Amino acid sequence: MSEEKERQKPRISRRQFLTYTLAGTAGFLGSTMLYPMVRFAVDPMLKKGAASEFVDVAAVDEITTTPKSFQVNVKVVDGWYKPEEGQTLTAWVMKQDNGEILALSPICKHLGCTVTWEGSPEHSNEFFCFCHNGRYTKEGINVPGTPPNAPLDEYETKIENGRLLLGPIKKRGV
Amino acid sequence: MIRKMYDWLDQRLDITPIWRDVADHEVPEHVNPAHHFSAFIYCFGGLTFFVIVIQFLSGMFLSLYYVPDIKHAHASVEYLQNEIAFGSIVRGMHHWGASVAIVMLFLHTLRVFFTGAYKHPREFNWVVGMLLFFVVLGLGFTGYLLPWDNKAYFATKVGIEIAASVPFVGEHIATFLQGGDMVGATTLTRFFALHVFFLPGALLALLGAHFILIRRQGISGPL
Ligand code: HEM
Ligand code: FES
Repeated sequence: MSEEKERQKPRISRRQFLTYTLAGTAGFLGSTMLYPMVRFAVDPMLKKGAASEFVDVAAVDEITTTPKSFQVNVKVVDGWYKPEEGQTLTAWVMKQDNGEILALSPICKHLGCTVTWEGSPEHSNEFFCFCHNGRYTKEGINVPGTPPNAPLDEYETKIENGRLLLGPIKKRGV
Repeated sequence: MIRKMYDWLDQRLDITPIWRDVADHEVPEHVNPAHHFSAFIYCFGGLTFFVIVIQFLSGMFLSLYYVPDIKHAHASVEYLQNEIAFGSIVRGMHHWGASVAIVMLFLHTLRVFFTGAYKHPREFNWVVGMLLFFVVLGLGFTGYLLPWDNKAYFATKVGIEIAASVPFVGEHIATFLQGGDMVGATTLTRFFALHVFFLPGALLALLGAHFILIRRQGISGPL
């Protein structure tokens, strides 16, 4: 093949060129239209949760070795809904054998129902979840063979002037 | 790759004839701005449709955050505009698009009128077009209340008072639009339902009829 012919051979046909330019332009215009809307829709996924503060819950003296439930009133920001009265969370608080205070979240690690201390007459000295009979020891460790597969979460705790303050909920470092 | 995917679908669904039927037809010379620049007036119908597509899309996305409740409607609009990424863009698309849709629709109607395209055999499509016009005005009227601010509230008061001035049935129309005897909670839910379900449904059906008629009858001839 002569060089002349090689140069004349079209690498891309007119039809292909037009298809690519039209599709490219349409794609560009379409995506500038869709990008803001899609980003708008997925924004909640990309937002960081607000840091929660420590809240005064009880006098340290009130806390015994038996888990007792206390109400924790926290501010919530649920989109445009910011209830003035806040939202009430529950904490199961006890003094451990080593004297440290443990404040457990009542949210079951199986599928999120609410556990209660000695919630089942058949299982004394345990936390019980009535949804699927999940059980936890007094320290909130899940009992093997029951549905939950992790220990209950705990609140961060702080003691100031003989008062117990509870902070954000965190996973147990077990 | 895309070609292969298309072929795979086409083998099973035989879609090529369908979209050929929809898209593959000649643009007559007198409506092609490449031949006569003044033919751009024939673009207004297509532009109206384009803006309506944008209204549908942006409206669907707005409704991810909007609530039609007098206690929270305004807060939800403020939230989606100020706290959510691109909120002012997406709301702006819908807000300005509403006006642009009506302007385009009006220009399209003028074109049809002054080129005499409404004449036989296209008189029925003129009627469909008029219905489309009222449906879009209805969307504008009902949508305007949704942000539930002062402008929205008083504009709706005024609109409903005007409707109430119709002889004999005016009061009934007002009660029907308000969903009660004042502009309030029931008006907002009602306008929301009209705005996002009833009127868009009617709009789609009418657009379908409009386009089928255009394909059957073709574009009217040159002046
Ligand atoms: C031609 C069609 C339409 C027109 C002319 C129109 C018009 C309007 C107008 C004037 C507003 C008030 C916006 C503002 O002042 O910021 C509005 C709000 C709204 N529209 Fe539409 N609309 C149309 C279609 C739709 C569709 C198809 C949907 C959803 C399926 C929708 C959903 C909404 C929502 C959720 C709002 C409240 C949010 C806001 O106020 O920013 N719209 N519309
Ligand atoms: S949710 Fe608690 S056991 Fe299933």
